[in-house]
Order: sequence, then C-alpha cells, then structure tokens
Amino acid sequence: MPAVIETTDLVRDFLLGEIPVHVLKGITFQLERGDFVAIMGPSGSGKSTLMNILGCLDKPTSGTYKLEGSGIGDLTRDQLAEIRNKKIGFVFQQFNLLARTSALENVELPLLYTDLPAKERRERALKALQAVGLGDRSEHQPSQLSGGQQQRVAIARAMVNNPKIILADEPTGALDSRTSLEIMAIFQRLNREDAITILLVTHDAHMASYANREIHFKDGRIESNEIIAKPRDAQADLAALPPEAVETVKEEVTA
Amino acid sequence: MNKLLSSLRIALRALRVNRARSALTMLGIIIGVAAVIAMVGVGAGATARIQDQIQSIGSNLIIVMPGSVSTNGVRLGSGGVSTLSEDDAKAIAAECPAVAAVAPTLRGGVQIVFGSANWATSAQGVTPEYTTIRDLTMKSGQFFTDQDVDAGAKVAVLGETVSQNLFGGTDPTGQVIIVKNVPFTVVGVLTPKGQSPTGQDQDDVILLPISSARQKVIGGNRANAKSVGNLMVQAVSPDQMEQALSEMTTLLRERHRIQPGHDDDFTVRNLTEVFAAQETSAQVMSILLGAIASVSLIVGGIGIMNIMLVSVTERTREIGLRQAVGARTRDILSQFLVEAVTLSLLGGIIGIVVGLTASALISYFAEWSTEVSLLSVLMAFLFSALVGVFFGYYPARKAAYLDPIEALRYE
Repeated sequence: MPAVIETTDLVRDFLLGEIPVHVLKGITFQLERGDFVAIMGPSGSGKSTLMNILGCLDKPTSGTYKLEGSGIGDLTRDQLAEIRNKKIGFVFQQFNLLARTSALENVELPLLYTDLPAKERRERALKALQAVGLGDRSEHQPSQLSGGQQQRVAIARAMVNNPKIILADEPTGALDSRTSLEIMAIFQRLNREDAITILLVTHDAHMASYANREIHFKDGRIESNEIIAKPRDAQADLAALPPEAVETVKEEVTA
Repeated sequence: MNKLLSSLRIALRALRVNRARSALTMLGIIIGVAAVIAMVGVGAGATARIQDQIQSIGSNLIIVMPGSVSTNGVRLGSGGVSTLSEDDAKAIAAECPAVAAVAPTLRGGVQIVFGSANWATSAQGVTPEYTTIRDLTMKSGQFFTDQDVDAGAKVAVLGETVSQNLFGGTDPTGQVIIVKNVPFTVVGVLTPKGQSPTGQDQDDVILLPISSARQKVIGGNRANAKSVGNLMVQAVSPDQMEQALSEMTTLLRERHRIQPGHDDDFTVRNLTEVFAAQETSAQVMSILLGAIASVSLIVGGIGIMNIMLVSVTERTREIGLRQAVGARTRDILSQFLVEAVTLSLLGGIIGIVVGLTASALISYFAEWSTEVSLLSVLMAFLFSALVGVFFGYYPARKAAYLDPIEALRYE
C-alpha cells in the first residue's frame, strides 16, 4: 500500500518582481496512514507553502507530490478541486465558516459539490456534527457559537466527506488553552479511530506534543523529522484540568 | 432540477443579506422592463388604431379625381372641371380586369331639415357599388337599389352622426327629410365607422342616389349630363393595384381622347398606399420607443454587473473556502450567475407588473389606446434573463477563476 503522502525534492519558487524567491528548497518526506504530524518552524520557513501544495491548492515548481500513490502534477484546476473535495479536509485558524448560515449547512458545504442526494447530505452533516459534540447546535449560526464551538463545526466540515488527510493550519491559534485541548482531543480521536492522517501546523510546542511525529522547518528545508515515542493524551489532560476552569468556560459559552 | 432549486435558494439568501442593495439593483431592471412594456404597448396601440382607420375606408382603394385641364393654354386647377362621367365608371368596370368594382360619387354640402331640427352635412351621390367598396353595412333599413338610381328616386341613407342630430335616438327609417327644399324619404342608417385616417367623421354624411343628387341637390355640369365628382375604384387584390392603375389610365386617356404627350385630365391615387405610409410611421415610432426603453434595460444590466463585482470582492474569502472544499470552476461560476439572473428575473417580473399597470394608467388617464401583447411580456421576461446572464457572466467568471490561496488569505 502506497504512502498517503509522498513528496520528492519539492521546490517552490515565487517571483518577487523579477527576483525568484526560493520558499521550498527540496522537501522529501513520507507520511503513512494514521500519522499525526506536527509541523513547526519560524514564520516564513515555508510551512504554509508546503501545506498549500499538500492541500492541492498549489503546485510545486519542481519535484513530485503523490497523494495515495498518484501524482497531482498533471491535474487540471477542476481535477484538483475534486481531490480536495474527496480526500482532503481543511481546518483554518480563523475557522472560515459562512456567516448567516447554520452550523449544519456549513458542515454540508463540501457535500454540495458531490452527487449525493440532499437527504443523505443532511444525514452525513448531522452525523459529523454529532461526532464533534454539536448535534444539538445544528441550527445555530456561527455568531451564536463560541470560538471553540465554531472550530468544532469547522472540523466537522473537514471530516464530513471522509477525507484521507486533514490539514490544520494553526487550528488552536485563536482559542484559549482549554478549548485548544478539546480540539486536540477531537483530532486525536479522528486520527486513532478513523486512521485519518493529520498535519498540524503550530507554533505551540505543547500542542505539538499531542502528535506522534514532529517535523521542524527552517529556511525552506526540513531541519528534523522525528517520531514522538509517547504522545500526550488530550482527553486525559482535559480530565485533569481543575473543575473551576470548566465553570468559566461554560459561562463564556452561554454568555 | 434539485440542484437548480438549491442554487436558487442559496442565491436568494445571498441577496437577502443586502436587501436594500439588491432592491436598488433590481430597480434598474424594473424600470427598464416596465418602460419597454409600456412604450411598446403605446406604440402598438397607435399602430392598431391607424390600422382600424385604414380598414374603415375600405381595402385596395383607388380614387380617380378630375385633373387639371388646359383650355387654349389656360390651365385650370385639379377638380376645376368635372371631366369624369358615369360612363367612364361603367367603362372601367367593364374593360379593366384588375378592377373589382367602381363607384362614381358626387359630393356637395347640404342643409337638411326634419321638423324643427336641421343639420349641415356633406351629401354624397353614389350607386349601390359604393357600399361594397367602402365596406358599408346597414344599422337599420336598406340601402337604395340600382332601380332607385336609374329612376332618380328621392330616397336617402343617413350616417349615424346625421341621424343622431336630426332624430335623436329614434329610428329615422320611413321619415321624410328636406334636403335643399326637396323632400327625401329615409330608407336606412349606416353602421358607424368612426374617424378616417385624416381625422374626419365618416358618419357625418347623407348618401343619395347619384342621379337624384345631381338633378335635385348638388347640381351637375351642364356640358356633361352624367358628370360625377370622383370615382372610387376597388382593385381585385392588393397586388393588382398597380395593374388596375395602369389599365384605368390607359382607358381614360383613350376615352377622353388625350393625345400622346399631353397631360391627363384626371388624377389617379392609391389611397391604401397613402394611409399605409402613416401606419409605417406609427410602427417606426413604436420601434423607436422600444429601443429607447431598451437602453434603460441595458443600464439596469450594468447596475447588476457593478453590484455583482462588489459582491465578488466582498465574498472573496467565501469563494476561497468553497474552492478549498471542492467547488469546481463551474460551481462558482453558476453560483454567481444564478445570483445575477435571479436579480434580473425578479426585477423583470416586478417590471412586467409595473409596466402592465403603467400602460393601463396611460390608456385610462391619457386616453391613449395601448396594446400590451403576450409576446412583448415574454420578450421582456426573456430579455431581462439575458441581461442577467450577459452582465452576470463577467463577475461570475472573475469569481470562478480566483486563486484559492489568495482568496482564502483575503482580508
């Protein structure tokens, strides 16, 4: 069985006026099914560029990227869109939910671009919402939800079409530490139970410690790529939090 | 179908977000469509009225009038001398194959008296053929016969206006009226015809047998015992008009012994053609009105394009997100296209209602006849949809080809 993600000597140049800027300078790595990778590195080290390529939003200048064994280099715009739809889920720092649109419809969005009948779309969207613990908020609009809840809706949207990989770019960057833990717990569960490969870009070393592999970037190159032998368990850490903290979070949510 | 309905729902929701903006954008289309419908209605009403008038004078009509005569180098004006006679009429009817009927007429002003009422009107001495040519029907009574004409019977047929002025509402048939001191018995009343294309009241007339008219009322030409005023001629069909004209000219020149190189002593005029020119000008007017109104529809379309461009910019992040989760080029394209078409179609529907109301108001208050055809409504509807597609395409395309990375990063 081929690796879920396999890149060979990925290079990505941008033109700044007439001067080429080498953002990725030859990235080679593999990820297997069920990997949970934290990608770390300073700003401008090429993390986001790599994520864009891995997410089929961008193509490398040279080098190859194979997703489940098939290269994406020759695909058209619409073929890439189809791959994003079927195999990739995105989670963003700013949630990127559609305003004035219910949680359920937000989750349903990727399914609108499939051939599924309306009824099945609804059912799958609701199931995804229930999986992130928001089954009872399906008719709420993003403005009626807390930040953590909004991010959970976004995760439900990312997993609704059963993707192979989820790309999360600073998903906890806008959340407090307790909500961040909740998000990490959901990622760990998706990773363990559904064997979804997760790539997590983060600046927060603590968040990275919940992954089972850590890749460090520097100046467009991979500096280190190491397996974390004993990743932390987010669910356990969450349970260990003092109860008063739980209270404050609840107040914030209802406020 | 389901897909279309759901994209329509998405479009309506997007348009509801900015209600005032959507309404103002639609206003352009509403005004445009309403203007097209009302203006085309006004134009079609005018054309229809002229067509009715042309119908009322009769079809395939040619009029032969006495022309100028020169005697010893002195040229008299047209109609100065009555050069036409009843025999000319009979000869034309007998010898010109392109002619269906000929009616000699003799016209003069008369004062009519009945009891204490009196009325000045135009008297026409005619033969029964006149009813065929002018397409006259009787409201009551009978038209006089060829025997009446031959015998010089003192009988009369009244137009509606004359009948109203002398008899009020009562049926004048059988009553005796005095025309220029001569008693005539009324035998019938004509069905009203209304205005002629030149604006004359075609019902303000009294018809007499041409023989009686000449001898007792209008007076003829002493030199020409059977003189008539004009000849009304009907060609057998519209495409035989030219043929009839040339046959009559040849025959009349022969009968009047006009040497080659000399002018005709009569004038032949194709009446239908004269009035058809008016119809054409009315049609040109309605096309012009429609064209001017269409310009406002196009301006409305530009308004849609403008707002859609703003909307695409405002929703750049949404577009980026949709692309990231799998929207293809055509998905985004159709989303924004459906939105633009929804705007223009909604505007079109409201515009049709406003246009129908406006043309009804125009007919009511300005007393202009307007005719809104189903076709013009359908065209307006279709055209507004087209405007949506045409002016929505550019913004939609712009949205569909956004770079997803740029779009997602857009603030």
